[in-house]
Formats: sequence, structure tokens, C-alpha cells
Amino acid sequence: MTERVTMLREQSLAAVPAVSHERGLLMTESTMIAGTLPPPLRRAHAFRTLMENQTVVINDRELIVGERGPAPKATSTYPELCCHTLEDLAILDTRSKISFRVSEETKEAYRQRIIPFWKGKTMRERIFGMMDGEWKDAYAAGIFTEFMEQRAPGHTVLDGKLYAKGLLGLKADVASAMESLERSADPDSEAKRDELTAMGICADAVITLARRYAEKAEEIASGVTDPLLKSELLEISRVCRRVPAHPPGSFREALQAYWFVHLGVITELNPWDAFNPGRLDQHLLPFYVRGIVDGTLTRDAAKELLECFWVKFNNQPAPPKVGVTAEESSTYTDFANINSGGLTPDGEDGVNDVTYLVLEVIDEMRLVQPSSNIQLSRKNPDPFVRAAAKVIRKGWGQPSVFNADAVVEEMVRQGKTVEDAREGGTSGCVETGAFGKEAYILTGYFNLPKIVELTLNSGRDPRTGKQLGPVTGDPAGFRSFDEFMDAFSEQVNHFVDVKIRGSNVIERLYAEYLPVPFLSLLIDDCIAKGMDYNAGGARYNTSYIQGVGIGTVTDSLSAIRHHVFGEEDMRMADLLRVLAADFRDFEKTRLLLLNKTPRYGNDDDKADGIMRSVFEIYFKAIDGRPNTRGGAYRINLLPTTCHIYFGAVTGATPDGRKAWTPVSEGISPVQGADRHGPTAVLMSAAKMDHVRTGGTLLNQKFTPKILEGEKGVDTLVALIRSYFRLGGHHIQFNVVDAATLLEAQEHPEEHRDLIVRVAGYSDYFCDLGRSLQDEIIARTEHNSL
Amino acid sequence: MDNGTTDAPGGAPAGTVFNIMRFSVHDGPGIRTTVFLKGCPLQCAWCHNPEALSGAPELLLRPDRCIACGDCMDICPQHAVVEKDGKYETRPELCSRCGTCADACAADAREVIGRAMTVEDVMREVERDAPFYRESGGGVSFSGGEPLLQHRFLVQLLRSCVLRGFHTVVDTAGYASPDVLLRVAELTDLFLYDLKSVDQEIHRRFTGVPGALIRGNLVRLASWGKKVVIRMPIVPGVNDSQANIEEAGRFIASMGNVVMVQLLPYHTIGVDKYDRLGIPYSLSGVKTPSGGYLNSIAQELLRFHPVVSIGG
Repeated sequence: MTERVTMLREQSLAAVPAVSHERGLLMTESTMIAGTLPPPLRRAHAFRTLMENQTVVINDRELIVGERGPAPKATSTYPELCCHTLEDLAILDTRSKISFRVSEETKEAYRQRIIPFWKGKTMRERIFGMMDGEWKDAYAAGIFTEFMEQRAPGHTVLDGKLYAKGLLGLKADVASAMESLERSADPDSEAKRDELTAMGICADAVITLARRYAEKAEEIASGVTDPLLKSELLEISRVCRRVPAHPPGSFREALQAYWFVHLGVITELNPWDAFNPGRLDQHLLPFYVRGIVDGTLTRDAAKELLECFWVKFNNQPAPPKVGVTAEESSTYTDFANINSGGLTPDGEDGVNDVTYLVLEVIDEMRLVQPSSNIQLSRKNPDPFVRAAAKVIRKGWGQPSVFNADAVVEEMVRQGKTVEDAREGGTSGCVETGAFGKEAYILTGYFNLPKIVELTLNSGRDPRTGKQLGPVTGDPAGFRSFDEFMDAFSEQVNHFVDVKIRGSNVIERLYAEYLPVPFLSLLIDDCIAKGMDYNAGGARYNTSYIQGVGIGTVTDSLSAIRHHVFGEEDMRMADLLRVLAADFRDFEKTRLLLLNKTPRYGNDDDKADGIMRSVFEIYFKAIDGRPNTRGGAYRINLLPTTCHIYFGAVTGATPDGRKAWTPVSEGISPVQGADRHGPTAVLMSAAKMDHVRTGGTLLNQKFTPKILEGEKGVDTLVALIRSYFRLGGHHIQFNVVDAATLLEAQEHPEEHRDLIVRVAGYSDYFCDLGRSLQDEIIARTEHNSL
Repeated sequence: MDNGTTDAPGGAPAGTVFNIMRFSVHDGPGIRTTVFLKGCPLQCAWCHNPEALSGAPELLLRPDRCIACGDCMDICPQHAVVEKDGKYETRPELCSRCGTCADACAADAREVIGRAMTVEDVMREVERDAPFYRESGGGVSFSGGEPLLQHRFLVQLLRSCVLRGFHTVVDTAGYASPDVLLRVAELTDLFLYDLKSVDQEIHRRFTGVPGALIRGNLVRLASWGKKVVIRMPIVPGVNDSQANIEEAGRFIASMGNVVMVQLLPYHTIGVDKYDRLGIPYSLSGVKTPSGGYLNSIAQELLRFHPVVSIGG
């Protein structure tokens, strides 16, 4: 790592996250002025105001420039979407974990300008105002969550068009779309004209931002005497005058072009899950090769540029949430996830020299942002996966590993062309999408264990006392396990209906009130259709509902089948009584359920068969149902940290899990339920039909010892390759022993730098809430004699 | 020598297995499944699998898990479980190791170690990880106890593995008749062979049997051209004298079939099993050897063989 990168990295790590009111205030003022324009033009006006007025900041010695806020980690807010209250700001400022400093000036701006203007007008208020009672009750009971009440529909990734066209090229595409619109008799031509005009304004706005950076660099350079510093600043200026307006001509210009576009996307709105450059290694390769061949770039220089680029991601924490409690901590990470390897659009091995460079950067930088993954195809060579394995076994959770062949197959099943699928990959945690061409929006998590609880109580929620679901009957009267599964299926379908009804309304609200013309400029086929990204302009439009707790559900249903309907050593009425008492005075029954039940994660077909049944029920309830954007609802199975929240609202379950404790995460077995080692876990998980999902998340924890030496690398590679040959979608690893984690809990001050894999991302262990820390410690640690 | 093999109803060969461990990565190349066969003719003082010594099933108790519900006492068909001060003990002279109490124990505080399994039973488990063997160059390992003790069963298992294309490893102390060894060797790709001590007196004193047969069998494997990994337990104060190590080195150097030498440092992980099984432990007080010390032994052995590693 060069001295420059060391310094920039240290600065980034030391920067204190703060709330910046700059964007909020500019958005407020611009909306006051342009409030009566049609929404796309109003949003374009606001975006231009932001690009023209936000503080331009160049940090010492950096090579890639551009911050979203007025300083590194000064974090923008999005009051048009959800507006922080003064109480929210006070909590953010003072809570012990994931805090954001809030200055008096910011509080004043909120008190006097921002809050009074947005009260009653935010998207969040509109959403809650439009939801029906059934939706609100289910939401309050914790049956599902709603992504879009705090963050915009995002989850899209850039493809290669920026590097070929530049923003001016895209603007030319807008102009020709406008021209053909004029000649057509399109009944929607007025709305389309507004949208296209808005896209053009936004393209110019980001070019303006880049020009302001060029001017800033020149201004600083004029006051600097050191010739080296001066020339560095003048080079920044030269680069920013060229990109992103024009197609980049060099490796450095390519990175800078992307970064301005990234800033534009995350300033326009706060889309889940943050935008990323997609196939970075493939996009950069031609620039890398050209630079090496003509002598203008060295491998070391390319690496330094990439590392400077990495720092920029780390400088942008996820926007803080509103309506938080003092205990809630969430995360600073914003889920930009860099893909490496995989396939090229024509189906060849996509690993190249830049891929290996990126792996070295991941290893050296050790930052939680950006996140990183490798896309591993059977066509990729072993040196690639071995190089990744050597980074993985260092233990901090990056990169995660995806089955590139399965990812392509998933997209083709959903109806994408194979070329679009191969240029796709994964983003956020584990979500599959066609880069540059798809809006694949996560709508919320779905609490499957809670549905078991409701089924056991005939649709009534014991925690809130409300009849939330259909009356499916007292299970004590059920004569067979099939009858129980039918009731479970009915409950699942009911709540999926409630969720989808709400999501359809929310999609329309975004299409109507919060178009994103800049993002639309970047995603095919918004320009050709003259339609906004949020309204269905993308070529592919997917809405995901993420199932959580498959392990807990499987074990719970397995316990019911085994004990109540199989061995008949427990009556349903007794089980219900024991669960209602949260096992108090029934420890023996709890242990019986825990220890004497076939459980998921042990390659036991009895349990794994139930997992498959649950999968089918969930899949059939959701897959293929139309959304409002011309696409369909799909499933994936990932938790982020929602398994903690869902556990906290779910009473005792028949797998022996006590009330309010976490449910299982991703498609991993219940913490501690897998007792036959990692190969058995992988065999169990592979019995799921991953190809019919848009992503599944599997965590594995190993002690460092087992992955030592060349044999350790061999073992890791063989586990990954075998799992993928069996059809698995994704696997990620924590390589740290429980003793270290317990020690870090005890003495957090000595372990501030300990990074662990949480769900589809890594985070600082000491920043996690206690229950999440405990949950990670409880995950089964694979060892060997 | 008892072959430890019984025949299950229907004539299928059956043996006593005390564990089948998947994802075993230290008992041969790649990712493997290790089948542990019960019973051993040796009585090594440092044995970390004391539950494997006897050829018969045994009852293992985990008192820390017991919630004193008393179900074991109520259910035992032999009335072998008695309550004493709130604790439930099993009288060994009455217990038939039938496992009824273990099946009923909600807390998993009781386990019967050693199950009669047929070749088909074992192969069903072993086949589960076949995708991992293929990908990693792994396979199936047989360990113990002493797997050669149940040689009829072992030969059947090895034959089944070979027919399925699984790489085979036998982890043995080598205390078996030469014709048994030959039948096993024909079906074995790699032997992990214990060399506990080349000193006759030490060998007899700490393992209970003479070492000559074991050394002779090792020479036989060499003459048959079978690949062997030599495993030397290093037990401080027992078999780690300079003379002992040097003589072992010379012996190893005299054979052409040794692919590597592994030093297995003495450890105390198995000691608490002695308590749970009610067997006295004779080496208490012996310390785990340090890394530096093991390195010096490895250096010494490198004079005799080019590949020496510490740990299995």
C-alpha cells in the first residue's frame, strides 16, 4: 500500500460520521420554488440545484475525487422521502453504536426549515396514509417489513455503457428518443417528453458537478507551491473536465467517470441497496491493457487508483434511519458490492488481470465498504478461486462467493436473455440482477416463523392479541400433518396477498411522486421507453420478497410432524400450552423438541424434505405475480439483520426456540442445530431449488486452524466448488473462533478493528448490537478432530 | 486374535462402529469421511479415544447436560439406573447397553457409543459426501480403535469403497496377523501407520503389547509397495528421548514407501472422557509439548526423511 493510500485509508477510518443538512435544505428550497412543475421536471430541477450548489470537497492527496456530503462521512438526508424529527436527530447523536454527530446548525436547519416544510408531505407519510388496516396490523405485528418507507426503490447496478458513451452520449440518445417521439402519435407523449427532458437536465447537472470539481482543483492548485502537488491537482482538473461528459480514455478516467455517476445516483435519492459498478474488472480491462501497452500505466499505479476509489465508498455511510429507538443500531454499510470474475456476455471465462488486482485491493484495504464478491463459474480457473480463498480465510468475511452459472440460470428462468444474464451478477447482499437493465427492487422481509406461530393460533397473534390471519382452526383438532401444512399454506398466502397489495400501492406512489430521471438515464430501456426507472422504464422489473427463517420454520414443522403426528410422544394441545408458557417449567419438553427432532442442516431427508415443502409454498405464493411496473414478484431468501427483529416479535416456536430470541438467518440452519459438519450443511442447503430464487444466503463459520496451509485452501475451494456443483447460489465465511468473539464482547476497545460477516455484508463486530453479536457467536463453528 | 465381527440377521457382515465423522480433513488427502471402528488390542496410556478401546458398546454420560428428570430410571428395562442425591447413575453390572435410556433422554446426556452396523448401513452414510470426495481428491478413512481388529467387516467396507471409486485410507497401529494385513492392503490406497516407540520395553509398558509385530508389518507394507504415512505420537517423558527418536528415524529411513512423517503432539483433549467412562487415566501431569520442542524433534527426523510435519 502506498503512503498516499495508507493516509487516505486512515483518514477515512478516522472520519466521524455526521448528519449533513445541506442536501435536505437545498431540496427543501428547490421544491418550494419548483413545486408546481410536473414531477420529473420538479425532480430534475431539484437535482440540478443539488449538483450546482452542494459543497465541493477535495481531500488531501486523493486521486479520485467527489464526496456526497460536505466532508467525508458527512451524510446526506432525504426529507422528501422520510424526514428526521428533532428527537431522531438527538438519538442519532447520542446512541452508543452507529451514531451520527448532529451539529446545532443542523438541528436549527431542521427545526426552522426542513421539518415545517415536509411535515405531512413525505413519501413515508403518504405510504402509511395509503395502507389499509390489515397491512398496518401485519406490519406492526412484524410479519413483514417494508423497504420503501425509508429508502427509495433502488437495487440496480451499472453496466458498461458509461465507458462507451459518456453522459453526453446518453444525452444524445435522449435527444433522438425525443425526436422519434415528436414524429409518433404516442398518446403518452407529453409525459414522456417531460421524463426525457428531465433526463437531459440531469445529465448536464452531473457534468456541471464534475466541472465544479475541476475548478476547485485549479483553485487549490493556484495556492500550492509544491510542484508535485500542483501537478496532481491539475491532473484532477483535466480528468474532471473530460469525464463523465465524454467516454473515459484511461483507467483513471474510467474510475472517476463512474464515481461521479455514483454520486449522482446516491444524491438524487437514497436507493436500496446502493448502486455499484457491476463488472468492474471487465469494464476496466481495456483501459488497463491500453495503459500498460502504451506505457502510461503500471500495475502499481492501477492498484493505487483502485485503492483511492475504494476509499471513496468508505467515505459514504448509509443514510441514517428515522423513527429509530436508542437501542437500534443498524449499520454504516450501504451495500455497494463489487463483482469480480464470472463470465463475459458471450459466455467466456471473465477472469482477467484486473480481477487479480481487485482481489489484492480487497485484501489490503480491509474496509467494510465497498463490499466485494467473486462470481465463480465452472469456466473460471482454479488460480482465481484459490486467490480469493486466501483472502477469505483471513477471516473478515470478504469476498463472498457466488455461483455464476446458477446466477445466469436464475435470470434466464425469469425470462432474461442469456447475454443480459451473463452481464448481470449480484448486488446488495446476494440479490441477482441484470446489470444496467433491471430494476430489481427488494420490497421487504417476510417472517416465516411468525406464520408458524399464527398457524398454531388459528391466525391470532399471541403478542398483540389480534386476529391477523384467517381462522384456520384449532390445530389440536387436526388429524394429520398435511392438515397443518394446509393451514400454514393458507396463512402464508393470506399475508403475501396483504404484502403485495401494499407494495403495488407503494410502487405507484414512487412512480407518481418521486421519479428518478438521472438513474433512468443510466438503465436500459428507460430512454427508449421515455419512462422513469420507478415507473417501469427498465427492461426488466422485478419485485422481491425476502423470506427469513427457513431453518426455524423447518425445524418447527419437523418437530410438529415428528412428535405430534409421528412418534406421538406429545399432544398438540400440550405443545400449545408449553409454547404459550415459553417453556417455563417445561425445560424437558424444550430439550426433547431441540434434541430429538430431525433438523435442517444435517443432510437428513426427513427435515430437508420439510424445508423443500416450505420453499414450494412460499415460492408458489409469490413467484410470477405481476407487479405494477410490467414485471413480476419473485422470492429470495436472505435476512440482512432482520432475523434479530423477526425473532424479537415471535414467541416460542416448536423447535425449542425461546420467545423473542433470533430466528435462523438466511438459509443457514438454526444456530447450533447442524451437528454433522459443513458438508452435511451444504448437502441440506443444496436440496433447495436455488435456481427458482433471486438469491439465497448461506453462512459458514470455521475456526482458523482448519483453513491453515495449502491444505486449508484446498479444503475451502473444494467445499465451494462442490456446493456450486450441487446448485448452491452463494456461500460466505467467517473464519474466527468463538473465543475471540467472546473476548471482543468483553473488551470491545481492544477489538475495534475486528470485522465479521453478518449477512450479505461485513461489519465491525463491536458496532453490532448485543443480540446480533450473540447470534453470530452461536452460529455453529466447524472444526475437525 | 478375535476378529470382532458378528453377523447380522440375514448373514450380512456387521461390525461395531463408534462414530462416522464427515468433513474429516486430517486423516488423509482431501475432504473425507472417517469411520471409527470400535475395539483395540493396544492399551496406549495416552489414548484420546478411550471409548474405542473396548469392542463392546459402552454407555457415555454427560452429567453437565442432565436435568435430573429421571426418565432414564423409569424407562430402563434392566432397572440398572439408580438415583443418588438427585443424580442418576447406571450400575454397569446390570446395564446391557441397549440404549433405551439414551433414546429417551431429552437432554442428550446419555449416549451409547458403539452401534452394530451392516456394511450397507455404513456405506449409506459414507456415500453422502461423495461430491466432496470427487472435488477435493478425498475419500474414506477407517480408524479406531484399531480397524484391523474387525478385519472381515473392514475388508467388506474397503471393497465397497473401491467399487465406488473412493480413495481409501486405513489408520492403524499395525498389530494384526500378516495375512489380515495383506487382505486389507490390497484394498487400501494409503496407510496412516502409528509408530509409537521402537524401544521394545517402552512399547510394551505403555501400549500393553510388544512392538515387533508392528515393526514387521511396516516392513511388509514396504515390500508390497504400499504408501504409508508414519504417525509418531510425541508423549513427553515416554517416547521422546533422543535415542528413541533417532532409532525411529533410522528405521523409517530403511523403508522406501514412507511418503511423510507426522508428529502427533500429546494432548489432553480426551482426558475428561476417561471420567465420563469411569476409566482411570495414568498419564495425569504430562504436559502438552511446546511448538519449539516439537520443531527440534522434527529437525532431528528431517535427517532421515525429507517430509516431516507437526500435526495430522
